[in-house]
Formats: sequence, structure tokens, C-alpha cells
Amino acid sequence: MEVKVKNVRKEFDKFPALKDVSLNIKSGELIALLGPSGSGKTTLLRLIAGLDFPNVGAIYFGDQDASQKSVRERNVGFVFQHYALFRHMRVLDNVGFGLKVRKKGDRPSKAEIERRAMELLDFVQLKGLEKRYPNQLSGGQRQRVALARALAIEPKVLLLDEPFGALDAQVRKELRRWLRDIHDKTGHTTVFVTHDQEEALELADRVVVMSQGRIEQVGTPDEIYDTPNSPAVFSFIGESSKLPVSIENGQLYLADRPLGLDAKGVPDGEGQLFFRPHDVEVVETGETAIVGTVVVSRRTAGTRQVELEVGGAKERVEIEIPVDHPATSRSRIAFRPKKWSVFAG
Amino acid sequence: MSVVTSSKARWRWKQPSVIPGFGLTLGFAIAYLSLIVLIPLAGVAWRSAALGWDEFFRIATDARVVAALRTSFWTAGLAAVINAVFGVIVAWVLVRYEFPGRRLVDAAVDLPFALPTAVAGIALTALYASTGWIGQYFVDWGIRIAYTPTGIVIALIFIGLPFVVRTVQPVLEDFDSEVEEAAATLGASRTQTIFSIILPALFPAILTGFALAFGRAVGEYGSVIFIAGNIPYVSEIAPLLIVMRLEEFNYPAAAAIGAIMLIFAFIILFAINLIQAWSRRRYGHG
Amino acid sequence: MGRADFRNPVSESRRAKWITIFVAGVFLALVLFIPLVAVFVEAFRLGWGAVLAAITQPDALAAIRLTLLVAAISVPLNMVFGVAAAWAIAKYEFKGKAFLTTLIDLPFSVSPVIAGLVYVLLFGTGSFLGPIFNSAGMQILFAVPGVVLATMFVTFPFVARELIPLMEDQGTGDEEAAISLGASGWQTFWRVTLPNIKWGLLYGVLLSNARAMGEFGAVSVVSGRLRGETVTMPLHIEILYNEYNFAAAFAVAALLALLALVTLVLKALLERVYGRDHAGAVRH
Repeated sequence: MEVKVKNVRKEFDKFPALKDVSLNIKSGELIALLGPSGSGKTTLLRLIAGLDFPNVGAIYFGDQDASQKSVRERNVGFVFQHYALFRHMRVLDNVGFGLKVRKKGDRPSKAEIERRAMELLDFVQLKGLEKRYPNQLSGGQRQRVALARALAIEPKVLLLDEPFGALDAQVRKELRRWLRDIHDKTGHTTVFVTHDQEEALELADRVVVMSQGRIEQVGTPDEIYDTPNSPAVFSFIGESSKLPVSIENGQLYLADRPLGLDAKGVPDGEGQLFFRPHDVEVVETGETAIVGTVVVSRRTAGTRQVELEVGGAKERVEIEIPVDHPATSRSRIAFRPKKWSVFAG
Repeated sequence: MSVVTSSKARWRWKQPSVIPGFGLTLGFAIAYLSLIVLIPLAGVAWRSAALGWDEFFRIATDARVVAALRTSFWTAGLAAVINAVFGVIVAWVLVRYEFPGRRLVDAAVDLPFALPTAVAGIALTALYASTGWIGQYFVDWGIRIAYTPTGIVIALIFIGLPFVVRTVQPVLEDFDSEVEEAAATLGASRTQTIFSIILPALFPAILTGFALAFGRAVGEYGSVIFIAGNIPYVSEIAPLLIVMRLEEFNYPAAAAIGAIMLIFAFIILFAINLIQAWSRRRYGHG
Repeated sequence: MGRADFRNPVSESRRAKWITIFVAGVFLALVLFIPLVAVFVEAFRLGWGAVLAAITQPDALAAIRLTLLVAAISVPLNMVFGVAAAWAIAKYEFKGKAFLTTLIDLPFSVSPVIAGLVYVLLFGTGSFLGPIFNSAGMQILFAVPGVVLATMFVTFPFVARELIPLMEDQGTGDEEAAISLGASGWQTFWRVTLPNIKWGLLYGVLLSNARAMGEFGAVSVVSGRLRGETVTMPLHIEILYNEYNFAAAFAVAALLALLALVTLVLKALLERVYGRDHAGAVRH
């Protein structure tokens, strides 16, 4: 099922949580809403589900305007961060709940509900735990139950709100791969919210980066990581270093020294240079390059992280260089980013 | 200030602590508890044991005693059931809805804890007597409330009211709204959510409140004797029978009835602990 | 559920809401509010003068004095017990703690009549202790000491019940810090612990006092109803009522109802400063 979000605005007590957001989600796609807390990502997910309603704008499921439908009628599978399992019900009854509450005509028989619930538990690898209560399960197992419960209603869209947020790192990694598997097997259109960029980049077909109630960029993980379209996306995704530069004749200058870097079409004036600390090459100090004085040097596993004081201005940047480079304190290092972005302003 | 030194024994009944005063406070607490509560209570057991089994059994199965116990139990049970139903409704209204006067109503729920039972007794009697403000309307229907077992139930509803409200209220306040949203996303109607998700989750709290209200109601005396009419075999409660036996200086009989009620109180206490342990084990909360 | 509220998945329709509020309101009115109002209406039926006369009549004054005396003895004693018990239970780990807590709760589970009965059996004819006190010239039963003892029994758990969970939540960190800084045990209690528990203590004292002044069942068993001597206010109400002196009975009742209202107001205020979480103890 294709989902279209059109010019949606949502306010909570006059505070705008979403400002004019539009998004097209393709059928069968696994998409991540990524952003820091307060960016509006969970609000957007809840609007799609029908747990909240927009002040302005509409949400379409296929060609149908879903804005006029209640959450019950939308038939979405929603997985909550803290599982929201029914504590007084056994695992099996949790999974079967969505079928049990259907209207008389649509409701499968008791035996059929039980059979389908068992099938789903098998699918999420929880066979044998059907008689347990949620309280008797681990966090990872609870989240699997929550997913099975959401899948039981054969949802048009599967929505997950920080599904791994409450789990420890190990379980998180494991469940991430498993969710990708499940998605590939079922082919549901899936939207999940996360503040963990690694999770978003590893798992999603496309990533929606959000910040302060707006969508900053939508793209594949590669596009988001390699060609961020704004300073916000660049600094939010991955490690980044930033320098204020000036642009003259399509070339970058730092305190009147040329850096030997192309401005990539950004017009002359003030600008900001972004690059990844590991995407740099060390060059001879004579060349046109960024030159800095070593302030801090840390050896981490495979590389050396160096903090440099650059130019007369007290700017600091971080770069990663090979471990065999000595990088002694107060020594000077010249480097050039291999990939970089420039933004005006 | 003496510091309690831990013994070298493997089994120790107290963990060592740097805070002084353990011996003093525990000693005083246990001494006071024994003097005021435990030794006097043991007296009841001792006095009824002194009766011998046959005599005890004769008193316990005396028709009037049996009738009084029966009245006490069924009126207390009915009142606790009514309180369980309306207590949940009141708790729901207080937690979920905003309306003018909510805080006032919330505070007023504790009135039965604060109002002396004798005051409640005469007030309810005045209202529910056949000439009273409320009673007169029921007389038209041929229903008499005061001076019948119905009156006892009314008084016991008053006495037990706060128990269910105050046990259910915090659980409802802590209830995770995501769970309700989950039910809605799965297609449950609001009614289905309330009856198959929220109420079952409240059940241990309701049961605890019910047991507390029931236990309190069975032993209640002050508010009941005014409204009950105290007709033997009809509206005479067990605590009143104890008082009457005492006034006749028939202490053994009073002790025997008292012992039966004490046993019952212990059973209730035990049941409440069981409910809470069960609920903690299964649902992870008390 | 109507279309109008489809946007709100976790609340009921306005109609359902108001019907529920109405049902709760009618129920509370019938068992709570109307009876409370009735006390005052019945009391003032014959006017202010009659009320004043009823509560200034010598027997009534004696009852008021005795009620105050009983509360003045039993409440502080239970307060000291409550603090000591809560200190021992909350600040240390020892075996049998849960059992001790249950024993402290016991008086809440016992009929007030039984609270009276135990002292009659302990000090009455045929008892072991009665003759000893009698020969020493001390009358316990059907005298003020009996009334005090019975009141202490029924109000026994209030302060402890309130303080134990509160002090358990606060843990032992503050006290250990004070001791490590060289404070003595008493200094630690007065300067560190007491300020932390003062609202909870006050709350327990308030409830304990309300019950002490209003207790009927336990006191009626041990009092013997000697007018002007062993009759407390609730017993005085009963005597007046049984003499068909309804107006006077309700006048004294109104005084006690007023006390209950003051208690509720103070309780609500205390809950605001000290938080419902702790003040929610149910077993009163």
C-alpha cells in the first residue's frame, strides 16, 4: 500500500510539531524516519496511524483519503517502543487480539484465530512461548510478540516507533537484521522511527531525515551519507568536521589561504565546508591544503584521531589519519578532504 | 550510642549497618506492639481455647450466632460488590475526566475514613428511615430501608466506599495509554478496549479493594447498629452479638464469637496478600 | 461510538463521559454528600441556640473533654511507636521484617468491637490481670484507662503505616552520610531524618487523630457509659439518640462532622505538599 503525506501541519497547544510536511512512501518500501528527539518523527508516524490527526493537510492510503478514517478503520500495524503488550493476556491471546475484536461477520473461528496466532509466533521465532505472560519474557521477546500482534491483522502499513529503543545493544543488532528479514518475507510497506542513524542506514531502503518539524532530506542510505543536502543532515549523519570558509571564483579559502578545493557551484561569499574525518589524505605541508597544529591525538583501534587547530582563527577540526603517522603534540599537519560538501552561509 | 556488632555466625538475621538505634527502636516497637495488640489478642484465643472444643462448637453453632454471622457476611459481601462496581466508576471519573468540582469530589471520597461511624450511622438512619428524605420515596414502592438488612447494606457501602476507589485510582493513573492505543490500532472499539483490556488489568486492584472493603464491613459496628434495627435472626450483626454477650457478662460466649471473627479477619488478610503476590508475579505490579 | 469522535482513539464519547459522571455523582450523593448535609440540617433544625445548648450542656462538655484527653494521650504514644517501628523496619535489613509489618497492620483488619473485647477479657472478671490492678486500686475497665487503651489499639497502625513506605523509599543514604560526618544517632534523627519525614508524619498523625476522636465500637465496649466520666463524644451521641433527643444528638454529631471536614481539608493540603504517591495508603 502506497502512503502519501500531503502538506501536513500538526500543532500541540500552539506548538508546531510538524510544519508543512509532505512525503511519498512507495508500496513495499522499508523507510526510516530519522531525527533527534523533538524533530517530529514520532508525530508523523502517529498521524499516519491515525492516533493523532493533522491540523492541516491530508494523508492518503493509495488513492483513499485516510484523514477521515479512525485508527480502527485504517488497519495499520503499530509497534510501540515500550511494546504496549496486554499484561493480563498470554502471548497467544495478545497475538490473536486483533482478530478476536473483529465484527461478527469478519471474525475467524476460535480455532482459526489460535492457528493463525501460532503460525505468527512460529514466524517470529517464539514457538513454545505461547502460554507465557508478557512479564515472563525478555525485552527482545516482547518486541517480537508486539510485531506478531501487529502482523496478525494483515495490516496495510506496518508502523514501528523506535522499535529497538528500549533494548540493549546486542539484542538490538540481532533484531535489526531479523526485522529486515521479516520485511523481505512479508513485503509490507513499513515505516519505522529511530534516532539511531546506524540503524536507519543499515536497515532502510530510504531514509527520511527530520529536524525541527521539517523533512531535511529523503534518500537512499548512500545518498544521505555521501551527498547530504544541508548542514543539518551532514552534522546529524555520521561523523563530520566543519570549517567556515570563504568562496572566491569557485575556490575555497580559509583566512585568505587557498585550500585547493572546488566550491562545487556554491556562489561566492561566505560558506561552510563539511567533510568526514576519515575521508581525508595527509599531504606535504608545502602544498595548498588545510594546515593545522595538533592539539589532541588519540589512538583508537585502527586509526589515529587527531584534533587540529586550524588557521589563526581558533577553529578546531577532527581528522582520522593512519596510525603510523606520529602526529606529535604541536606539530603541523596538512591535509585535504577527499570528499566534501560546501554550503552557503 | 551503641553500635550493634554483627556476630560471626554464618546465618545472621540482621545485615550490619552503621546507623545506630536498631536495638532501641526495634525493642520499643516490639514491646509496644506486644502490650497493646498481641498480648490482648492472644487473650481471645486463650479464653476461647479454655472453653474446650464442645463448648466452643455449641456457641458457634447456636442458631442466633449463626444467623448473626450470616447477616454480617452477606450484607458485607453485597456492600463490597456494590462498592467494587461503583468504586471503579468513581475512580474512572476522577482519573479520566475533567469536570467542575473534581478535586472536591476526590477529597470527599475519604469522608468515610474521617467521619466518625456513629455520626454516619445516625445520618444514614435519618435519611433512609421511612419518613426520611430518601426513605420516603422508597416506602411508596413498598421498600423499607432503615431497620432492615437493606439498611445495613447502605451503611456498609458508606464504610467501604473509599477502599475500592483508592486501590483502583493509582493503578488507573499509571495505566499506560499506549496499551489503549495498541488496542485501537488492532481494531478494538472503545467498549472492547475498556472491557477486555483496561478492566482486566485493573482486576487485581479491584479484588484487593473488594477484600479490604469486605473485611472492614464484616467487623463494622458503629454505623450499622443505628440503621439495622437489630432484630434477632433478621438484622442482628455478629459484632452486636459480641457486645450483647459482654453486657450479660457472658465472656466465654463473647470470646468464642470474637475468635470466629478473628479467624475470618486473618483469612481476609491472607487472601489480600495472596492476591498481591499473584498479581506481582503475573503482571509485574502489585 | 459516533463519527464525531473518531479522532480520539483513547477516550469515550461525550455522551458516555457525562453519563458516567452522572452515575458516579448520583452514587456519591446518595451515600456520601446527602448524609453529610443531613447531619448539619438535622442539627440546626431547632436553630443555633439549640445547637449551642446541646454542646455546652455539662455531659456534652465532659464528653468533649474526655475525647480530647483520649486523643491527647493515644496519638503521641502511637506517633512515638510509629517513628520507632518505621526506623527499625525501613533503615535495617533483618529477617521477619515482612511479618512484623503485617502484625503492625493487624488492628486495621480486626473489628473495633474485638478491639474492645480483648481488653474486657484481659481486665474483666475472671481475668488474670483485672484483680491485680483492682487490688492496687486501679480501675482499667469501665474507666478512662480502658477507653484510652481501646483507642490506642484501633489507631495503632496509622503513623507507622504512613512512615514505613516513605522511609523505605528514602533509603539509608542520608543517615549514613550524616553518621560518616560524625553526627550522633540522635543528631541524625532530629536534623536529617525528621525533616525528611515531617509531612508524612503529620499525615499519619492527622488520620490517627481523626480516628481517635471518632472511635465508637471499641470504646463503647470498654467504657461502661458512666455519664460525665467515661462517655466520649461518639458515645454521647448514641446516648442522646437512644433517648430520642435527636436534635442534641445531631448537634454533637455536627461538631464531629466538622472535625472530619477539617481533617479532609488538611489531608488534601498535605497531599499537595507531600505528594499523593506516598499519601495513598489505603488501609485506614
